[in-house]
Amino acid sequence: MDFETIIGLEVHAQLKTHSKIFCGSSAAFGGAPNEHTCTVDLGLPGVLPVLNRQVVEFTIRIGLAVGAKIVPSCRFARKHYFYPDLPKGYQISQYEQPICEGGEIHIFLKNGEERIINLTRIHMEEDAGKLIHGDEIGDASHSFVDLNRAGVPLLEIVSEPDLRTAEEAETYLRKLHTLVRYLDICDGNMQEGSLRCDANISIRPRGTDNFGEKVEIKNMNSFRNLRRAIEYEEERQRATLEAGGQIIQETRLWDDPSGPTQPMRTKEYAHDYRYFPDPDLVPLQIGKKWLNEVRRKMPELPDDKRERFQKEYKLPLYDAEVLTAERDLADYFEKAAGAAGADYAKLVSNWVMGDVLRVLNEKKADIENCPVTADHLAKMIGLIGDGTISGKIAKSVFDIMADTGKDPETIVEEQGLRQITDTGAIEQAVADVLSTNPKETERYKGGEKKLIGFFVGQVMKATQGKANPQAVQEMLREKLSG
Amino acid sequence: MNEIISLSVHELIEKLRAREVSSEEATRAYLGRIEETEERVHAYLSVLEEEALAAAQEADKRLAGGDNDASPLLGVPVAVKDLLCMKGTPTTCASKFLENFISPYDATAVRLLKEAGAVILGKANMDEFAMGSSTEHSAYGPSRNPWNLETIPGGSSGGSAATVAARSCAASLGSDTGGSIRQPAACCGVVGMKPTYGRVSRYGLIAFASSLDQIGPFARNVRDCAIMLNAVSGHDPLDSTSTDESVPDFTGDLGAGAKGLRIGIPKEYFIDGMDPDVESAVQNAIKTMEENGAEIHEISLPHSQYALPVYYIIASAEASSNLARYDGVRYGLRANGNSEEYGPLYGMYAASREEGFGEEVKRRIMLGTYALSSGYYDAYYTKAQRVRTLICREFEDVFQNVDVIMSATAPTPAFRFGERMDDPISMYLSDILTIPCNLAGLPGISQPCGVTSLDLPIGLQIIGKPFGETTVLRAAAAFEKATDHHLALSPL
Repeated sequence: MDFETIIGLEVHAQLKTHSKIFCGSSAAFGGAPNEHTCTVDLGLPGVLPVLNRQVVEFTIRIGLAVGAKIVPSCRFARKHYFYPDLPKGYQISQYEQPICEGGEIHIFLKNGEERIINLTRIHMEEDAGKLIHGDEIGDASHSFVDLNRAGVPLLEIVSEPDLRTAEEAETYLRKLHTLVRYLDICDGNMQEGSLRCDANISIRPRGTDNFGEKVEIKNMNSFRNLRRAIEYEEERQRATLEAGGQIIQETRLWDDPSGPTQPMRTKEYAHDYRYFPDPDLVPLQIGKKWLNEVRRKMPELPDDKRERFQKEYKLPLYDAEVLTAERDLADYFEKAAGAAGADYAKLVSNWVMGDVLRVLNEKKADIENCPVTADHLAKMIGLIGDGTISGKIAKSVFDIMADTGKDPETIVEEQGLRQITDTGAIEQAVADVLSTNPKETERYKGGEKKLIGFFVGQVMKATQGKANPQAVQEMLREKLSG
Repeated sequence: MNEIISLSVHELIEKLRAREVSSEEATRAYLGRIEETEERVHAYLSVLEEEALAAAQEADKRLAGGDNDASPLLGVPVAVKDLLCMKGTPTTCASKFLENFISPYDATAVRLLKEAGAVILGKANMDEFAMGSSTEHSAYGPSRNPWNLETIPGGSSGGSAATVAARSCAASLGSDTGGSIRQPAACCGVVGMKPTYGRVSRYGLIAFASSLDQIGPFARNVRDCAIMLNAVSGHDPLDSTSTDESVPDFTGDLGAGAKGLRIGIPKEYFIDGMDPDVESAVQNAIKTMEENGAEIHEISLPHSQYALPVYYIIASAEASSNLARYDGVRYGLRANGNSEEYGPLYGMYAASREEGFGEEVKRRIMLGTYALSSGYYDAYYTKAQRVRTLICREFEDVFQNVDVIMSATAPTPAFRFGERMDDPISMYLSDILTIPCNLAGLPGISQPCGVTSLDLPIGLQIIGKPFGETTVLRAAAAFEKATDHHLALSPL
């Protein structure tokens, strides 16, 4: 039977505020266990939470970016359960009145198709701490509690069940990753758990309207794992149904690296979280004034930037998507394209998407500290444009720039890479090649036209690649036809 | 009786400033009085003799230097309820769970008392986690009413009230969630005030019901009460529910008298089963105020009849949540409860909470957990919140036409030990006249207005508009001036 997969994602993004959401403790990653704690996040008797306004501002940013409704008044709620990493016995979250309702994320699939994924809500909450089990540190009889993470601000971004394939889910998560980094509200570091995702997955016979029993998968900490987990889970559900089985509503854990999802808890253990509005925190009012303040500080968003790149630089959708995936990369491109001139924008795009990204990957560097500066790249492209160097020579110039950080003109001068534009010198080289290869000359004249490549190669070799290959070819044709 | 301990706070302050009495002398006098009375009264869970003497000596140094306007309570020995965290000292909340808990920080109210120069003598007894009206629910045994050692001092701030009545401190702090300051003040024949919700920071007050809890003073007279309130009021950035409303000098209107005051008398507050002595004392008080120039208006607060059930749903719901942190993981009692049924972790939770909490606390946690449970939430919690809103509006409407509302504080005087232990509902009824004020967040005071035929004190309650403490205190001061009930001493 042909099945359709229905996917909704719940993404948790850790906000990069200096302090935690309800106290002054540092929200920095790492630190000795319980180093970043205070009376409040330890849940001592008598302490009270005080909301960090920066958290609200960051949330407003993403709310504006996805076109969500930012409600004028919202509340925090307590979600109760007992676990040693949860100091108060409840997590402060939002329930009935989240700060953002609705909104949408636009994604482009590999085939160029655009899909709009609707959001249900975005809300603010605090993270829990973590347990360190004794066997990991040589004391199997105890577990230890580290509350450094307890109270770190999180956003929960909940999508509607609008996603249909693993590719869509992965593209959606990449888009959110791009967005939170553009907005400068989350570092997007998936290994450290700054961006993590749970998926609700169900399948149904294609063409039907009712949703199947859904399974929640937790713990996917990379784009690849999200994709693999969904692919595994849709296959597991399909096989179960086709074998006449039933899908049980449950939570499963993506167990990397062993791969397949494992059952974590089934519905019979479902918690009653006993949510109710937190009486320690007054309703949060967000007035027009505050909204406008945040709006004024908003950066250009990835979708707007992509459209502008397509229009302003006449780039294809694919180029514009790749270049705008990271704000810093887009800035780099714009700087280089601006310096090189509008006519060279596509050439700049090719170099950035190709050699620049390759070098960054090789050198494990970020675009901000790319050894080839945008100015140098533009200058190098200018040298290609005015015929000073060939595209081929440019590759070597680029690699030298990447290794030394030197100016391309300096490199061309130092290495004597300037293209030979002197026709006399080229003519001499052509004549030499023809006279030292009489057999090939004969064969060419006898109709073996593809030998032109051989001659060009020989001339380029003789000129150490500094001749203009176009000019060489023309001159060779002329001489050989003579 | 030692002369120093018979001085009220404002009299003692004058003598300290005039260097007629030193803080150390005063502190030693109170420590002596504690020694003399504690065996009978048991108002304290801990007496901080060393810390108190050190603070007194420090106060004396500063008193010698003069210019201490910034420290209005400099050198005055006071007590605080044991649910206020005080750095480096045991803060038990009268619970076995926190028997060994030493607070690493000061509650804002404690810090403000210290900054005002007060000498903190010790931590006062209470019902465990402030749940109760008698101190019979203290894990460390009840306090006794200095007026009659066979009767309860009221609760939950029974220790704070009893120590003022026993003159084993000059004044004290308690907390009031449903009457926990006013009812014990009435039982012990002292003045006790619950300010407007948000007036005093709750930071460091071990929470019972966050939307209702409020810290307030006990004192021997209205002026002392106002002085204490001055010291602890004000916005606190550590408590989001604390108000940034400006704090007036609460002693400012004490001499303004009753003339022109519009006093509302809610007919529903003379309930069935009210003690006849209480009823006639309150009627006399109304007459006194009228004779002194107040206008008396009969008013109606019909929704007050729902206040008790609404309170028990909301307060218990919040308590069930607030007390979830007592899990044996980080501090407090931890019992070994590895069981086949629950496993090591949940077994530990269950055993620690079973052992650490008393009956009344467990009862309220269960009530509250039930009220918040899925499927019951709307029927209980949501509905209770709606009725609470109606009660608030009803007060707002009434306060269009009156300045304060007057009633009895409690329908009966202090009851005898054990009398209501087996019948929680009858104990809950002690708070029936004080609870509406908490639900609406209003300021309320209880002051002595006579004694019963059995010589037990009777409390008069005066309720004001939000942030109308000054008017409440003015009315109370006018009544106090016209009568001498506050001068009656416990026989202790």
